[in-house]
Parts: sequence; C-alpha cells; structure tokens
Amino acid sequence: MRYLPLTGEDRGLMLRRIGAAGVDDLFADIPADKLLRAQLDLPSSKSELEVERLLSRMAGRNTPAGSVPFFVGCGAYRHHVPASVDHLIQRSEFLTSYTPYQPEIAQGTLHYLFEFQTQVAALTAMDVANASMYDGSTGCGEAVLMAHRITRRRKAVLSGGLHPHYAEVVRTLSRMADDQIVDMPADPLASEDLIAAIGDDVSCVVVQSPDVFGNLRDLTPIAEACHKRGALLIAVFTEAVSLGLVKPPGEMGADIVVGEGQSIGNALSFGGPYVGLFATRQKYVRQMPGRLCGETVDAEGRRGFVLTLSTREQHIRRDKATSNICTNSGLCALAFTIHMTLLGETGLRRLARVNHAHAVKLADMLGGVQGVSVVNASFFNEFTIRVNGDAAAAVEKMAAKGVLGGVPVSRLLPRGAGVRNLIVVANTEINTDEDRAAFVAALTSSL
Amino acid sequence: MLNNQGRPTHAGEATAEPHRTFTSNRALQMEEALIFEIGRPDVTGVDIDEPAAFSPRLGGLERAAAIGLPGLSEPEAMRHYVRLSQKNYSIDGGLYPLGSCTMKHNPRLNERMARLPGFADVHPLQPQSTVQGALDLIDELARWLVEITGMESVAMSPKAGAHGEACGIMAIRAAIEASGEAATRRIVLVPESAHGTNPATAALVGFEVRTVPAGPDGKVHADAVRPLLGPDVAAIMLTNPNTCGLFESEIVEIARLVHEAGAYFYCDGANLNAIMGKARPGDLGVDAMHINLHKTFSTPHGGGGPGAGPVVLSKRLAAFAPVPFVTRDGDARRLVEDADGTQAFGRMTTFHGQMGMFVRALSFALSHGGDGLRQASEDAVLSANYVRACLGDLMSLPFGDRPCMHEVLFDDAWLKDTGVSTLDFAKAMIDEGYHPMTVYFPLVVHGAMLIEPTESESKASLDLFIATLRDLAFSVKNGDRDRFSGAPYHAPRRRLDETRAARNPVLRWTAPKLAEKAVAAE
Repeated sequence: MRYLPLTGEDRGLMLRRIGAAGVDDLFADIPADKLLRAQLDLPSSKSELEVERLLSRMAGRNTPAGSVPFFVGCGAYRHHVPASVDHLIQRSEFLTSYTPYQPEIAQGTLHYLFEFQTQVAALTAMDVANASMYDGSTGCGEAVLMAHRITRRRKAVLSGGLHPHYAEVVRTLSRMADDQIVDMPADPLASEDLIAAIGDDVSCVVVQSPDVFGNLRDLTPIAEACHKRGALLIAVFTEAVSLGLVKPPGEMGADIVVGEGQSIGNALSFGGPYVGLFATRQKYVRQMPGRLCGETVDAEGRRGFVLTLSTREQHIRRDKATSNICTNSGLCALAFTIHMTLLGETGLRRLARVNHAHAVKLADMLGGVQGVSVVNASFFNEFTIRVNGDAAAAVEKMAAKGVLGGVPVSRLLPRGAGVRNLIVVANTEINTDEDRAAFVAALTSSL
Repeated sequence: MLNNQGRPTHAGEATAEPHRTFTSNRALQMEEALIFEIGRPDVTGVDIDEPAAFSPRLGGLERAAAIGLPGLSEPEAMRHYVRLSQKNYSIDGGLYPLGSCTMKHNPRLNERMARLPGFADVHPLQPQSTVQGALDLIDELARWLVEITGMESVAMSPKAGAHGEACGIMAIRAAIEASGEAATRRIVLVPESAHGTNPATAALVGFEVRTVPAGPDGKVHADAVRPLLGPDVAAIMLTNPNTCGLFESEIVEIARLVHEAGAYFYCDGANLNAIMGKARPGDLGVDAMHINLHKTFSTPHGGGGPGAGPVVLSKRLAAFAPVPFVTRDGDARRLVEDADGTQAFGRMTTFHGQMGMFVRALSFALSHGGDGLRQASEDAVLSANYVRACLGDLMSLPFGDRPCMHEVLFDDAWLKDTGVSTLDFAKAMIDEGYHPMTVYFPLVVHGAMLIEPTESESKASLDLFIATLRDLAFSVKNGDRDRFSGAPYHAPRRRLDETRAARNPVLRWTAPKLAEKAVAAE
C-alpha cells in the first residue's frame, strides 16, 4: 500500500522492541468477542490509476456549471477564481498544517488570519471579525445564540427574505436550546413589516440583504427600531461580492453581520466546504463564537500573531463556552483572503459593477419574454422572476435543453404559499451575452 | 560526492549570536509585512473590464465610502503568500505527532479528484438529474463509513467534528422527545478526560452536563457510570479509544447499562484511526458517533479546517437524522431536502455537507481498501507503542507500561524539580525540527504530552524522532535548562506573549494615523 512506509521487516523489529508476539497483543483491551477476525466487506486496495478511473466516471455523470449556460445562485455563486489562488492554497505549508496552536511555527496561518479578519471587518464595515465559521448558515445560528447571550432574551425574529435553509438551521438550533423563533412568511416582494414584530422580549431580528429573492433591503430603520427595543440587528448576506457595490450592514446599524464567503475564492463544490464570515461591534467581542487571531510580540519584541481570547472557547470553558466550535474553515478563508487581496478595492468594486450590469441586462431581457415578469424593484446580481406555470417543471425542462436556469423557489420552500411560479436567477461575470440569449431561448420554450 | 577541490566546504566558526541583517531576514526566512502595509487600493491583480454604461437598480443603497481593501498585483501576491507559507510547519515537511489530531499523510491524488469539474464545479441546487454522480459519491462514501463502523446509517451533512457531535446529540434529543421523555431526561454524562467539545455540545443542545470520574488506570469504569444512571439521564458521551490513548475495555458493559437505563450512547470518534478493521463501534453498543474525515480519512487540516464530521447512527436513531440525505429510487439517487413527512430533527447546514471532503475521503478509502485501512490502523497502533517502548524508561507513563492504542500519553512526573515544564520541552522540540505533541491535554493527567505518530512515518523517521526526544530528555536530566527555557531559538518567532494578546486584544490592522489618534485619546 503506497501510503504505508513500514515494511514487514520493520513491523517485526518494532514488535520485538515492544515485546509483543504479534500486533493483536496491542489490541488486547478490545473484548475478545468484539475483535474483528474477518475482513471488512469492502473492496481491497487500489492503485492511483484505478481510483482515478472510478472517481472520474462518477464525476462524469454530473453537469459542471462551466460546461453550460449557468444561472444558479441562492446561497452559492460561480465566479472566476484566479489560478494563483488554487496554487497557493495547495502549498504544503498551508494545506497540511494544523490549527496554529504552536504560534512560533504557524505564523504563516496566523498572519493571513489577521489579514482575513481585517478584510472581513472592512468589507462589512464592522469593528472586528473572527477567523471564520463553517459556513453562512451555521454562522447565522451562532449569531442568534450570541444575541441571546448579550440581551439575555431568547426570542429571534426571522425575516421572510432569509434564505430558507438558514432559517431552518436557526430553527433547529433554537428548538434544541428551547429558544423561541418568530418566522415571518416568505416575502418575495420585500414588503414585510419587521418593525411591528419587535416586542420587548425580542433578542434579535435576522434580515438578509440581498435577500434570498435578490432584493436589497435598507436595514437602517430596522436597526433603529431594534435598538429602541433593546434588541440586536443581525444582518446576513450570501453573496459577498455584493458588498463591493452595496451599502454595507455596518453603515446601516447592524450589531452582528454573518455571511457566506464562498463566492470569493472558493469553488461551488456541491455545497461545501465553504467559509462563514462573522463580524460584530468591538463591545461584543468577548461574546463572539469561533477562533480569533490577535497581534502580540515575541521574546525579542518582534510583531507576531497568536490565537487569542480562548477563554471563550470549549477547550477551556467546556460546558460554559460561547460555542462548541473547534474547527473553522481555515483553508477556505485563505482562498477568500488571497482572492480579495488580488482584487483589492479597485478590483472588487469593478467586479461588483460587472455583476450588477450583467444582471440588469438579463432582467431586461427576461422581462421582455411573454409570460415572464421580474419581481424585484432592486437587486444586485440575483433576482426573482414569475413565470406562467410551474417553475420547477420549467427549470427541469431547461436543464434537459442544456441550460441551468436558476432555482425554483419551491425547492427551498416546498410548502410556501404563492411561490410555485417563482425562479431565482443569478448572473455573475462568468455569463456571456451568448449565455443570456441561450437562457432566454430555453426559458421561452420551456413555459 | 561533494566536489571540494578548489573551494572550502567547511561551515566556518559557529557563533553564539546570529549575525544581524539589514532586512531582519535570515536567508530563506523572510520577514513579511501585512497586506495593509504593502498593498494599495488602486492596485489590482485581476483584470476586469468596466461594464458599458447602464442604470443601476440598487434602490438607492449604493456603497459610497472607501472600503479599505488594499490590492496587490499577481507577482506581489504570490510572493506575499509564499513567504507566509514558509513560516508554517506542515505534515509534508515533518513529523507532526499531535495526539488526538491524527496528522497523517494527505495524498495529492485526493486533491486532484476533488478538483474534477464534475465535483468541484457543480452547484448544490442544480436539478438532481444533473448531479447523479455527486449523489452517488455521497452514497458510496456513506456505505464505506457504515461498513467500517458496523452502524445502521450515517448523517453526512455535519461540517466538522464538533458539528457532528451536535448532530448526534440532537438526534438523541429528538428520539427522547419522540418517546415523550424530553421533560425528564435532561442530563448528559461526560468523562473528565473528554474533549472540551463534548460538554460544550451537550450544553448547546440544552442538556445539563454531569462529570464521570476516570479510574486510576485512565479508563472509565462501569462502576463509576452505574450510580449516575437513572431516568433523568439522556446520554453518555464517551471517547473510544479514549483521550489517554486507551481502549475503554468496559465499553460493552457501559453500553449495556446505559441502554438498560433508557439512555443513549454517544461515542466521540476522534480516535477511530486506531480501530478500523479491528473493532466496530456498532458491535460495542454505540448509538451515534461522529467521524472526523480530516483525521482518519486524511482530508487536509488546512491550518484549522475545513473539516467534515459525518455521524453514524444506530437503528434506534437512524430515522432522526437531519435533512438533507440521499436515498435510492431504483438506480437513481434522490436527495431528500424537506424534513416534513420524515422524522428528521431538522437541518445542520445550508447544503449537503462537505462534498470536497467526501471526495477526498472516498479517494483515500478506495486507495486503501478494507485491507489497507486495517493495516493503517495496525501500523498507527504499532508506531505509538514503539514510541512508548523506546521512551518509557526516560519519560513517565501515568498509567504504567502497558500497550496503548494509536497515541501514547506521558505526564510531567519525570520533569519534577528539573525546572523544565511540559511547555518548555515542547518548545525545545521546535528547535529540533519537530512539531510538538499535544500538550496539557487530556486534563486528567498533569502536564500531559500526547504523542500520535500515525501510520505515515517510516521506521527511520520514528527512530530519529525517538533519538531526538531521548537527547532532549537527557538534557533535562543533566540540568541543561537553557536548551528549554528560551526555546524556540530557531523558529521564525521566539515565544509569543499570549497574555498581552488577550489583555489588550488587537484583532485587526488599523491605519497608523488612526492608531496614533486612539493612543492620544487614551
């Protein structure tokens, strides 16, 4: 087996040094009747070539986004990632290192995490950010728990524009912790009255912008209403590129900002691994979940970085910890931070403008199709269309014609009222005029 | 042979003080600034054309103020990150004996497979007809995990070990609710030797934590568990093999007692690497166990994630697994995403789990085969015992000289009155080119040093590691405290001041002007 360096001779010598007659002597603590004698019912070892063949065959049965006109979003977005990003994250010292618990030999990781935290704070216009979460939805769940700790209240109001899967994650976590949730109905027109839902017992309001239907929402009045009632505003985004063009939640009064960072630097990868972004105000930093990297000096007075404020964390606080989180999403955070560094302010703003311009163009084209109307008054690179007939069937028909034409809202909200004819459509810089024309043609013939 | 004719090949006189350099660089070890100090907002390493004029539809919510993001051209970015990488230790670069973390070789075949467009470039919400191969891969990995552990099914979506723990404990809570005992079964038993995530998870899911004492032999005993069990207990969370590197030999009896009391048995599977093909948690009475794909199945740790933590479940819990999950419709695979109409307890994450990690894990499993996985576990255990046998005379074994599983635990009794602490010893290992072992964990022994060599080390590599630790141990015994007290001397940084970092947290870069103003204001 190519990954196992010990030879039969080595094993014999080592057993002799240990004083064991055979390797099973070392497994003597396993109750004798539970020690497996037979081989597992699994195939035997395979060469690299054989594994490649098998897995390539499986991969070949999927339709890669890059092979067709592709307009799918709703929480994960296909953007162009520079070649240097993937090269750099595969460097051994990044890829095959552990959590930086020994900072003297992990300054590479700690240094980029410090940069990452600063970039995320700048992007969201917040004071501080942590070193990443698993993904946007788990970050959202943690944000609600954090708000409960800060306000000592246990009721969260979830906007009807919040990604339904994020809402489900929060609901699951809240139910398990015996906390309360107020669910607003699905809100494709961004017309809900969240402010009326903020009672004195509400800990936080969770609002997404751009929301799952693509609408941009002005968070300022909601933040003001929250603060009047002693509640916190949790702002959510699933498309980080939008912050290159859209007013950031930190400028609209958000107390905690959580988002999905996949769309910068990371592949679609069928849903994971992704990287959760998490930022807040300075005054709440000790209630934050997840790892934090901080600046310090070494014994010679040179600047260096360490993981810090770990007294919040499970390995110190155990059942009193702010969260049970141990792992973050280090390598995905690295991909994010490299891509963001390559873009810089100029590149990010331009990328965001291109996305918006393309989406506006597509919205105008689709608006002209018989039986199709654009629902949104405002959007970034994603919007919702209403079609004549069943949206899921139309999306299937388009797929059969070789166009991946968005997400039927019924897939996210199987029992949602009035959503059966809605499709959420994303358009990024990867889409060409030919792609858009193919989409319009496929949709026209699928209704 | 080195050609030494005509030029000197000796290294010259060693000096006590390293020569100071103008740049503070030390040859290949480069000092590197922050991107905020070297980047400029008007520089970009990505060429993008400005779009043609259009009228925006942002509803008046345009971002006006500067964001504060520096940019680097591609060559600058390349150099910045390459230099940073050179400040990291890695498993590719050296032995990484972190107990309970399983830092094994990360095959590059796995990286290539995960990057196949059919896996890396598919969207989680594409029509299911266009991702049958991806669903098949999840299902196939699930089959391997179920067979290796002897369990009924597996929930694939949890994103890391602790996330998997939460998933397992939530499934237990859902089962307890279904049987109408939610109000009474409020307690989860956790041994004091457990990972900190265990009690944190139980608390997260609304349970009260009660501690089970470990026996003097480092194990949890049925006699210690029995008096704690009752109608108020929901579950026990045991790590097996445990964090002292020992197989819990009374596990079958403990499982029987727990089940008899109407409670569930959660097993922390962090140490599965010791027992693949040797024992199956399902045969031991386990109801739920997470598997760290980033440990046992070689998906790279990536400097602290991403991980992946699928949870295998017993028959009693299988129905409560969260959405989404894959089922079979004849030859086709179908993704169930809606919890309604099922007993699923809810949802753990946005999409279907860590697909990129699933591909890597299956690539690893296929490469090994059932026979290779068993051999890997045997080699991991053999290597840990070899280290134990070769160091046990110098370093102290808290539970006596008896076989361990895939990691060997030393305590600091042998360092008593030497003036050298576990931390000092660990830092001196850095100077010798080794990543330290896990230190001060588990908490049940004093000054713990937990060594896990894994199956990836050759005998020559183990022998050099052992010789190095013996040399360090002799230094301790000879009173050579300098070698330890100031260590590391040769790393990119000397010891870092963690107290200062925590007392006055600086968690982001701030422009110098602003920083000066802040100081002036204080």
